Amino acid sequence: MGEAWRAAKLSPDELQKNFVEITPPLKPEEALVESNRCLFCYDAPCMHACPTHINIPSFIKKIATGNLKGSARVIMESNFLGATCSRVCPVDELCEGACVYEPFGKPIAIGRLQRYATDAMIANNWRLFEPGSPTGKRIACVGGGPASLSCAAELAKLGHKVTIFEKRELAGGLDTYGIVVFREPKEVSLKEVEMVRDLGVEVRTGVKVGEDVTPHDLLNNYDAIFLGVGLGRVLSLGIPGENLEGVYDALDFVEATRTQPIKEIEVGRRVAIIGAGNTAVDAATISKRLGAEQVLILYRRGQEEMTAYDFEYEFAKNEGIEYRFFTSPVRILGNHRVDAIECVRTQLGNPDPSGRRVSVPISGSEFTIPVDMVVRATGQHKYLQLLDNLGVKHDKGRVIIESETGRTSNSKIFAGGDCVLTPNAMAATVIAVEHGKIAARGIHQLLARAG
Amino acid sequence: MVDLSVKIAGLKSPNPFWVASGPPSNTLYQANKAFEAGWGGFVWKTIGAPILNVTNRYGGIDYGGKRVIGFNNIELISDRPLSVNLKEIAEAKNRWPDRLVIVSLMVESKREAWHEIVKRTQDTGCDAIELNYGCPHGMSERGMGSAVGQVPEYCTMITEWVMEAAQIPVFVKLTPNVTNIVASAHAVKKANADGISMINTINSIMGVDLDSLETQPHVHGKGGHGGYAGPAVKPIGLHLVSQVAKDSEVGLAISGIGGVETWRDATEYMLLGASTVQVCTGIMKLGFRIVEDMIDGLTHWMEEKGFQNTHDFIGKSVPRVSDYKDFDIMYKTIAKIDYDKCIKCNLCYVACEDGAHQAIELVSQNGQRYPRILDDECVGCRMCELVCPVHCISMIDVDRGHGEKSWSQIVAENPGIDQDWGKMEAWRKKHGFVIH
Ligand SMILES: Cc1cc2nc3c(=O)[nH]c(=O)nc-3n(C[C@H](O)[C@H](O)[C@H](O)COP(=O)(O)OP(=O)(O)OC[C@H]3O[C@@H](n4cnc5c(N)ncnc54)[C@H](O)[C@@H]3O)c2cc1C
Ligand SMILES: Cc1cc2nc3c(=O)[nH]c(=O)nc-3n(C[C@H](O)[C@H](O)[C@H](O)COP(=O)(O)O)c2cc1C
Ligand code: SF4
Repeated sequence: MGEAWRAAKLSPDELQKNFVEITPPLKPEEALVESNRCLFCYDAPCMHACPTHINIPSFIKKIATGNLKGSARVIMESNFLGATCSRVCPVDELCEGACVYEPFGKPIAIGRLQRYATDAMIANNWRLFEPGSPTGKRIACVGGGPASLSCAAELAKLGHKVTIFEKRELAGGLDTYGIVVFREPKEVSLKEVEMVRDLGVEVRTGVKVGEDVTPHDLLNNYDAIFLGVGLGRVLSLGIPGENLEGVYDALDFVEATRTQPIKEIEVGRRVAIIGAGNTAVDAATISKRLGAEQVLILYRRGQEEMTAYDFEYEFAKNEGIEYRFFTSPVRILGNHRVDAIECVRTQLGNPDPSGRRVSVPISGSEFTIPVDMVVRATGQHKYLQLLDNLGVKHDKGRVIIESETGRTSNSKIFAGGDCVLTPNAMAATVIAVEHGKIAARGIHQLLARAG
Repeated sequence: MVDLSVKIAGLKSPNPFWVASGPPSNTLYQANKAFEAGWGGFVWKTIGAPILNVTNRYGGIDYGGKRVIGFNNIELISDRPLSVNLKEIAEAKNRWPDRLVIVSLMVESKREAWHEIVKRTQDTGCDAIELNYGCPHGMSERGMGSAVGQVPEYCTMITEWVMEAAQIPVFVKLTPNVTNIVASAHAVKKANADGISMINTINSIMGVDLDSLETQPHVHGKGGHGGYAGPAVKPIGLHLVSQVAKDSEVGLAISGIGGVETWRDATEYMLLGASTVQVCTGIMKLGFRIVEDMIDGLTHWMEEKGFQNTHDFIGKSVPRVSDYKDFDIMYKTIAKIDYDKCIKCNLCYVACEDGAHQAIELVSQNGQRYPRILDDECVGCRMCELVCPVHCISMIDVDRGHGEKSWSQIVAENPGIDQDWGKMEAWRKKHGFVIH
């Protein structure tokens, strides 16, 4: 058997093609035509649909008049991670989905226009904002992902002194480590970190709160704390065989494609992805683009219950990913390496407390699928211990906040991004950015009151 | 089958579409191409005095990303030798006997010079002559073109010289750069010209380059006014044509020019009194091929409207050109939104709210806002209808219940109402005439 599990390596050219940004940048002529198509709606629905409420008609009009710097400013004013968002936002569900032209099947390409303006900002190194005059207040942001970066930028603009603590080597959170490369290269995320630094924010990487710095220190040394720690690694499945070689955490797998040379990353010939959310689609499409022959997404509920966006599902199918619905893994088989996965057929049962119908195994329906690699894409860990140490109220690891201010049960601690509990909200960079902004306002108010 | 042919100044044109004097009518090659494409007439690029052209010669104005909605030029008359032009004109006419070849002329303001050019031109066998009294740049600095067209006495004088020598119909092409174009038409009529072509281009500066600070277009850093043409000038052309068509003394055939690009534009000119129309910028932008749809579209429109013949509709809208004092002031329309088509862009809202009469409100429903007309506040100005990108607003008639009344009648029946706000208010009250 030996190395038979491994998919044949694609040629460097093919790999390069597969891992370059899928959506090309707009050419100047294209941007002009597209920006002029915008109607400049009043009280525009796209603006309402954008979680950060970017003044979209305004930035598009500025592209049309050749005022790219002004355009970038309008974007960044509302969304300091506007460059990343222009690439990673699920625009079909947000701004473009709300475009008045959407029912005609041709919404304005808002995301790509936003990218056009922010690309110009990056290419020209425009400095669009200045730090506010110093207030003497100090704020610690825990975690260096989008939520903290956004919060820190807003606070710095108001003149506060902000320090970001990030446990990883690079800041940017999942924007740096977790987005598939063909959607966003990590340079864009790192540039945004630079821009936050340019506002005078101190970004301390390689510092883990709870180990290198204690919550106690933070509470003593800072006027306020923002918690933007996101979520942890993927939860284990709790089934036998998970420790076999060839079983991966989807986040590790995605991260590898962002941090290692693509040609060195190995993939199995037949890959099974467990879970059917957006992360599962990412892991699946990466596998396919690395050269896997067959990629299966195994999901214990049906197509209706999937949490992936419609456009992601379409994308996966176009990439040749196969779905196996009502299929739940029972154990992973193999001696040293995985060579099969045993599953059971399921059906929908009664709704759980959240209203989602549970999946119920059909006994006796077990079957085995031969696979060479298994990727877990099932939910992420919560940082229970850290939250308890900080003494903030949470619901099973999701921090409870006041939605208008981002304030937690501790009046000095604010939170936002993936780590907070927001009913029905999607986990997306743009949501984290908005949370960061809201919390920055909340913190500013708190500090203003404190005098 | 409808008949597209037109009788004009004693000539018969197979259709009303002529190539206007300009870059598209510069050579025999172009004449052949134009006639092959279907154009009924071809007004040769103005020939006459020797000149030199400059680069660059053109400027365009873009709007909303749409290129060249207006166009200007500082080009002069033909820069090819007279003999070459005359030879090619003769060949063109010889090859296309059933089409009209009209030759545009401009020479210095001397009787002999005009006599000579007219004779040499008609020797080519061409169908008619057009006198260029309109070129607003360069030639006018030399006492020709609009320098003539702007002084009615010169128009009469030179046209008289031409008529002394001419044995074929003579059109005079008018400049719009005057305060009263009807005076120009009278001047031409006085000299017994056979027809009027209008309008030539309008004085204009197209823009300023924000990097170099040069005007557009520029000639090695210097610029100046040039002649404005293209779709943007059509409303001006329509107005001026209608003024001349309406005048009871002029009574000359008109060839309408200015911003024509489609059969619709052409038909509008014809309805306002033009027998034929001429196209320059439209061809410069899109080529001779545009005549195909002009012929096709006009044919279908005539069939639909039941016009057998172009003369059934030429000038048909002229009587509608009226004066404010005769408009029915009691006529009232208000805006109505077709919600099946409304896309909730709310552009009508902001237009009415900030630029008109605060007669539209935004209503929230399911987190979306949509516009609603406040019927009692609407003054019927039509701004909302104009800005709606999907044409979902229409103006509907409302009966005020007081019959028809014009301003003239109101003033006659209520002496002093035009001087006295008190009387005005009383009248309004009585007639339920609400303003906002
Ligand atoms: C695979 C994947 C793909 C995704 N794709 C998209 C996409 O295409 N579009 C989109 O909009 N969203 C996408 N998302 C979601 C999006 O990335 C997140 O919603 C967003 O990054 C949340 O931001 P955050 O700042 O809350 O958390 P994170 O981005 O997770 O950042 C938290 C940061 O805190 C750090 N940290 C944690 N604990 C500590 C500690 N104790 N001390 C110091 N630092 C700490 C972490 O290292 C991390 O850098 C994706 C998510 C995943 C998992
Ligand atoms: C509906 C309308 C009404 C106008 N009324 C007046 C007026 O009462 N007095 C005046 O001096 N100009 C009036 N103008 C002319 C404008 O002030 C302006 O000179 C002209 O519209 C050209 O500018 P614009 O086309 O860039 O708007 C009016 C223009 C419009 C469109
Ligand atoms: S017609 Fe004029 S006043 Fe009436 S709603 Fe439309 S914009 Fe307002």
